[in-house]
Amino acid sequence: MLNRQGRPTQGTVSAHEPHATFTGNRALQQIEPLIFEIGHTETTGVDIDPPAPFKSRLGAHARKGEIGLPGLSEPEAMRHYVRLSQKNYGIDTGLFPLGSCTMKHNARLNEKTARMPGFSDVHPLQPVSTVPGALEVMLELSRYLMTLTGMPAVALSPKAGAHGEACGMMAIKAAIAAKGEGATRNVVLVPESAHGTNPATAALIGFSVRSVPARPDGTVAVEDVKALLGPDIAAIMLTNPNTCGIFEPQIVEIAAAMHEAGAYFYCDGANFNAIVGKAKPGDLGVDAMHINLHKTFSTPHGGGGPGAGPVVLSERLAPFAPVPFIHLEGGTPRLVETEADAPEGTAPFGRMTAFHGQMGMYVRALTYMLSHGADGMKQASEDAVLNANYIRAGLSDLMSLPFPDHPSMHEALFDDEWLKGTGVTTLDFAKAMIDEGYHPMTVYFPLVVHGAMLIEPTESESKASLDLFIATLRDLAMAAKGNDKERFTGAPHHAPLRRLDETRAARQPVLKWMPPAPLAEAAE
Amino acid sequence: MSETRYTKDHEYIRIEGETGVVGITDFAQGQLGDVVFVELPSVGKTVAKGGEAAVVESVKAASEVYAPVSGEVVAVNSELEGAPGTVNEDPSGKGWFLKLKLKDAAELDGLMSEAEYQNYLKTL
Repeated sequence: MLNRQGRPTQGTVSAHEPHATFTGNRALQQIEPLIFEIGHTETTGVDIDPPAPFKSRLGAHARKGEIGLPGLSEPEAMRHYVRLSQKNYGIDTGLFPLGSCTMKHNARLNEKTARMPGFSDVHPLQPVSTVPGALEVMLELSRYLMTLTGMPAVALSPKAGAHGEACGMMAIKAAIAAKGEGATRNVVLVPESAHGTNPATAALIGFSVRSVPARPDGTVAVEDVKALLGPDIAAIMLTNPNTCGIFEPQIVEIAAAMHEAGAYFYCDGANFNAIVGKAKPGDLGVDAMHINLHKTFSTPHGGGGPGAGPVVLSERLAPFAPVPFIHLEGGTPRLVETEADAPEGTAPFGRMTAFHGQMGMYVRALTYMLSHGADGMKQASEDAVLNANYIRAGLSDLMSLPFPDHPSMHEALFDDEWLKGTGVTTLDFAKAMIDEGYHPMTVYFPLVVHGAMLIEPTESESKASLDLFIATLRDLAMAAKGNDKERFTGAPHHAPLRRLDETRAARQPVLKWMPPAPLAEAAE
Repeated sequence: MSETRYTKDHEYIRIEGETGVVGITDFAQGQLGDVVFVELPSVGKTVAKGGEAAVVESVKAASEVYAPVSGEVVAVNSELEGAPGTVNEDPSGKGWFLKLKLKDAAELDGLMSEAEYQNYLKTL
């Protein structure tokens, strides 16, 4: 028998199943097969004239058989994708409480500007002289990012958070090598509560990782960091506010201790949303920090769009910023594209991307900044923190807080102490939220908290929306405590598919669609 | 007679002469939940006490398995690669991870006995 104690992934079947339908559809919830299962190779939605006579020069490279692409009529194709889109849950559907992710306000204005042909039709290889507007956007965005973070330099090109981490850590590695300490300074400190990408990034860049224990109050203490410092320590990677939703109270002391030991301070900026306009990483002693444009400055990364993870750098790391970057020369912006072309005093460590980064994200983020203004961005952070604490206050009498002594920042963290003895787990509770029409919060993260439930409402939600969410969770919590176990262990009851077998999905993943046997033979 | 010692990170080492069989405890597998992947070191690798010896991944989390003592890896349980669930079913038996040739038997003294480990669990 497999263990089901830690985190059961299979639900029990309800005794009160609604009768099955002929189609498998459940009213407006439509079952939608894969396009390969409904499309036919002999069907097409468009008529294309057969090509005029031509002489093939493919020779032995010419395709010998059918490739079996599915064909659908135009309405069928439309229905397929619309039905799939209806299965999606995002901030356009409802409150998205996933913590540590910041699915924030995604103004349509940003989409409009990103689609302006002057931005969307720019090709990375066209002459620089033809795209002064695009350069202006990059320059202006850089100026805003440097102002908001209080940092003197920014590398725009990284494509997302973890890519930004890699960029920052490579700059640190280059700076250490420039000091001739490359062989000896090779250990990176990472707190236990860190995002998993932090130790992964450090390891990928060639550092070894040493863990900093979390204090019982969910924070990192400067004494614990100091105890680990030595000539082998290259840097610390710290998230602030941390993944427990707490502002690290000793961050300035930790930064000073790192610098005193000749090491660097990498800050994971995933939660920058909570402090924009309130605190500047530059003032906190940060040497490098990535900013998830797609989290902090709109475009929720669950929305399918690309990410962008610019990295701000301190004076000590600025010379090592990767190409390409824009260099102001006599007030005129110049795009520096190669290391050979780098201005005096800089030593770029290389490049992170083939071209200039995610132009569309630059336009969205700058639109967000310009439309909000300094006061608006500050208010967004204040509202994000207020909303998280409103949820915390609305639930803390029923659900348990692992760190009751610290106020929450942008996310409220609960543990599963309050579920003890109910037979309901954090996972069951999350699945029951699906029945109520909510995407679950982040569960079982951060790892330092048992049965963690991390709720981040963001600044986007109205009071009415928060009240309904709190009332729903209160109803669920009362049911869990009131022995209504069936509502949870069998959940979700109303979703198109019931509890998925995560264990089997992880052990025996099916990653590729295979045609049924007859078609497979025909294709050979 | 074999004797088993435990770490605070919930690894066990069962002493069999000059080698020790290393795995994770029943408590550890219960906390992890269904194990879906196990990454084992190569035979011949030397590991330091407290260093990373293997990786275990469950539906919930990926965790390192640390070497309870220093030594050389002389065998690994490659059965786990095809059947990681064995770690859940029989952690102290068929679900073992690796065998270490002990470098310094004195390192065992710093580990917990069965009774000490059971008491330690009660404090968690």
